[in-house]
Amino acid sequence: MIELKNLHKQFGEKEVTRGVNLAIPDGKMTCIIGRSGEGKSVLLKQIIGLIQPTSGEILVNGVDITKLPERDLMPYFQQFGYVFQFAALLDSLNVFENIAITLIENKGMREKEALPLVREKLSLVNLNEEVLYKFPSELSGGMKKRVGLARTLITNPKIILYDEPTTGLDPITSHVIHELMDDMQKKLHLTSVVVTHDVEFFKYADYVALLHDGKIQYYGDAKTIWESDNPYIYQFIRGLTTGPIQTEISHTKDSY
Amino acid sequence: MLTTNGVLKIMVTALVNSLGRHTLLICSRVGAFVVFFFNAVKTFFSTKLKVEKTIFHMERIGVDSLLIVILTGTFTGMVFALQSYIGFKRVGGEQFIGTIVALGMIRELGPVLTGLMVTGRAGSAIAAEIGSMRITEQIDALKTLLVNPFQYLVVPRILASIIIMPLLALFCMICGIFGGYFVCVHVLELSPEDYTSGIKNYVEMHDIWGGLIKSSAFGLILSWVGSYKGYTTSGGARGVGESTTKSVVIASILILIFNFFLTKLLEHL
Repeated sequence: MIELKNLHKQFGEKEVTRGVNLAIPDGKMTCIIGRSGEGKSVLLKQIIGLIQPTSGEILVNGVDITKLPERDLMPYFQQFGYVFQFAALLDSLNVFENIAITLIENKGMREKEALPLVREKLSLVNLNEEVLYKFPSELSGGMKKRVGLARTLITNPKIILYDEPTTGLDPITSHVIHELMDDMQKKLHLTSVVVTHDVEFFKYADYVALLHDGKIQYYGDAKTIWESDNPYIYQFIRGLTTGPIQTEISHTKDSY
Repeated sequence: MLTTNGVLKIMVTALVNSLGRHTLLICSRVGAFVVFFFNAVKTFFSTKLKVEKTIFHMERIGVDSLLIVILTGTFTGMVFALQSYIGFKRVGGEQFIGTIVALGMIRELGPVLTGLMVTGRAGSAIAAEIGSMRITEQIDALKTLLVNPFQYLVVPRILASIIIMPLLALFCMICGIFGGYFVCVHVLELSPEDYTSGIKNYVEMHDIWGGLIKSSAFGLILSWVGSYKGYTTSGGARGVGESTTKSVVIASILILIFNFFLTKLLEHL
């Protein structure tokens, strides 16, 4: 289980997260939703150690990883995988090299040894061998995301953090990604944390948390989210301009 | 109403505040720059060297910069010989042109010009490459895959630059000396023996070693600055452009400053 306790993050004068408390259960998919610029990606990057929190605790199986020295973090981060918003494939490497990079660079595997493992992960994300030696610039947005997912899966992580996995994709490709993530979740019994704006994810997620004003304003079962009377979630999932979440439009209306 | 003293006091306070803020900013930037280098050194000693990547970058920095280094060296040697001739002719010392061109190219112009040209050619490329990797989250991706970005990106580039720069400088020196020879013998119609005998008699191995050591140090400076500016890039495409420009400006200035101190240091060795 991952537990975030009173997590604060400040960039200069700007406080992005102001005491986030959230428990992410094992083997489930938890969606973190919220408006753009609310700090969802920052939250995700704090969990995986790409950004250090200003204060607060991040407990992974009961151990506060923010207090651990760098050399002791490795076993924790080995459990994690991260799927980036725009895939973040290394553009100087082809698909095979992108997926196999950790096997070759960290485990000292030869290309021949890594190839069957790469093929296996590619088939998990429904990609065939044709893409193996293509460069990221030759792939579509959806293919890039799937290659990014295959690269994440190569380390056999127990926890996968997805940063807006369907952003910029058409509805059909988004649906393919939803199904794929759901499939992974069931097959590999992963703990998934998905930062998204995409309400379609509620069909696949177990829990939903809404981040607003630097805090979690709602946490609940994804299946009953549409029945919730929490004013924040009610406004957000219906895209209403009136409610506790202030928008540019509601500001404009107020000024009239 | 504010008195003159009051206004003066406010102005002095604002000036001191601004001075303090800028001093702190400069200290933190210089500190980060030095810490970056120590991280690279620590990574070099504590992790396995990526030999293939180092050779790849040696080729990119070295082979790709060779033509501009040859052109720079040749024409600098030629113009140096021409200018020296004008000066030496007045005192009747034309036989020393070879010596002065060779010593100038070996001790000073070869390493410095190579440093500046490679900074423009390869240092900027290092900053742009690493910078674009930073803004597209590729460096973060490496970290999440537990690939050490210093081991994978920074150390091979710095090491390649340190190794390849003396070879490039050597080309620059040789081309400069040949350029000078061409001008002296074929343009100014001086005796070839005058040109070469001065070089044989007065240029020592110590001069060559000094030049090569300096060019190695310049290789370190240009790759260190390029990697640092790239690694700390922020702010999208404009940020990459700024990092690239700043890396060239900073590395060029540092090369010229360190050139003086290295020359002074090597004088005593």
